[in-house]
Amino acid sequence: MTKVKITIGGINKDAGSSKEYKTGGWRTMKPEVDVEKCIQCLKCFDYCPDGAVKKTDDAIEFDLDYCKGCGICAKECPVKAIVMKVEEK
Amino acid sequence: MSEKEDKEMFASGHRMCAGCGEGIAMRTILNEAGPNTIATVATGCLEVTTTAYPQTSWEIPLIHSAFENAASVASGIEVALKQMDKKGETNIMSFAGDGGTFDIGFQALSGMFERKHNVTHICLDNEAYMNTGIQRCSSTPYGASTTTSPAGKFSIGEDRPKKPLARISAAHDIPYVATATIAHIKDLKKKVRKALDADGPALVHVFAPCPTGWRHASNDSVELARLAVETGVFVLWEAEDGEICDLNITHKPKERKPVGEYLKKQRRFAHLTEEHIEKIQKEIDEKCEQYGF
Repeated sequence: MTKVKITIGGINKDAGSSKEYKTGGWRTMKPEVDVEKCIQCLKCFDYCPDGAVKKTDDAIEFDLDYCKGCGICAKECPVKAIVMKVEEK
Repeated sequence: MSEKEDKEMFASGHRMCAGCGEGIAMRTILNEAGPNTIATVATGCLEVTTTAYPQTSWEIPLIHSAFENAASVASGIEVALKQMDKKGETNIMSFAGDGGTFDIGFQALSGMFERKHNVTHICLDNEAYMNTGIQRCSSTPYGASTTTSPAGKFSIGEDRPKKPLARISAAHDIPYVATATIAHIKDLKKKVRKALDADGPALVHVFAPCPTGWRHASNDSVELARLAVETGVFVLWEAEDGEICDLNITHKPKERKPVGEYLKKQRRFAHLTEEHIEKIQKEIDEKCEQYGF
């Protein structure tokens, strides 16, 4: 455990610092995108609870540091370009 | 994706369960509100998952209030900004779950509406106290099994209907009240924008399924929010300037699906028999008739 210095009033000045905590370790299923099928509708971007979908030039990619593997993206994809696979560690 | 969305206002790394509807709602709402926003948050799932000290998922100034007074604290911020001659320059929002809005925070919310503070209150409704272990609240729908309204031999779970919070809020004669879900993202964005632009208090009631409490598959969250609208369980509407007689229904399902489709996907309703479902269907039919479809 690292020691945390508590500020006066518990004020936290580091906005968005939860990014330090990688929630990807929670995952049991991993999303994979078929770049050929992707039509960049960005439904997966809108529906990702963890902000783990990033836009690339021709498709999307997953930020596996934060993806918890809920599978909403695969279910909501209108062209079924995303499949969930069992995570292998 | 617009320029504004390039920077996420709600950071990843929050501790919400996989498939949490609130995560989708919060990303959409905060990205729409933008960086020029001050927020207060009541105790609830949203607070415990996003503010694990010393980390925070919020990219905007945030104050965590007590369970009951998110709306009062937001009122205070609004008055302070008015005193500093910064009226209307900043969006002020208060966030609370259904516990912090329907039950515990209701008097503070009602007071904020009555004093006409320019605050947008967002209620993230997952239909029970999920943070403390799925206890029933006045938002829990009829027939749902929770830890304090368990289904059993002599009980069908929660035996009271859901409190019509948005309609009660609209009855306060405030400029804007709307209901939204996480499945209708464009609609949710539009309503949040309208609420922020309204000159006075506004409420957006966001329906956000909870895989842990409703006991459904984590990938069904969005599907369930959509089914809730298509079956008539949750009606999407907005009311401007205290108009409560002629609600503007923003999404009318073309053909209402049977409510069983929505109920059978969730284990909190697994104990319901066909008769119970018929009874719920009848109540929904009556409700939809009231709403005019």
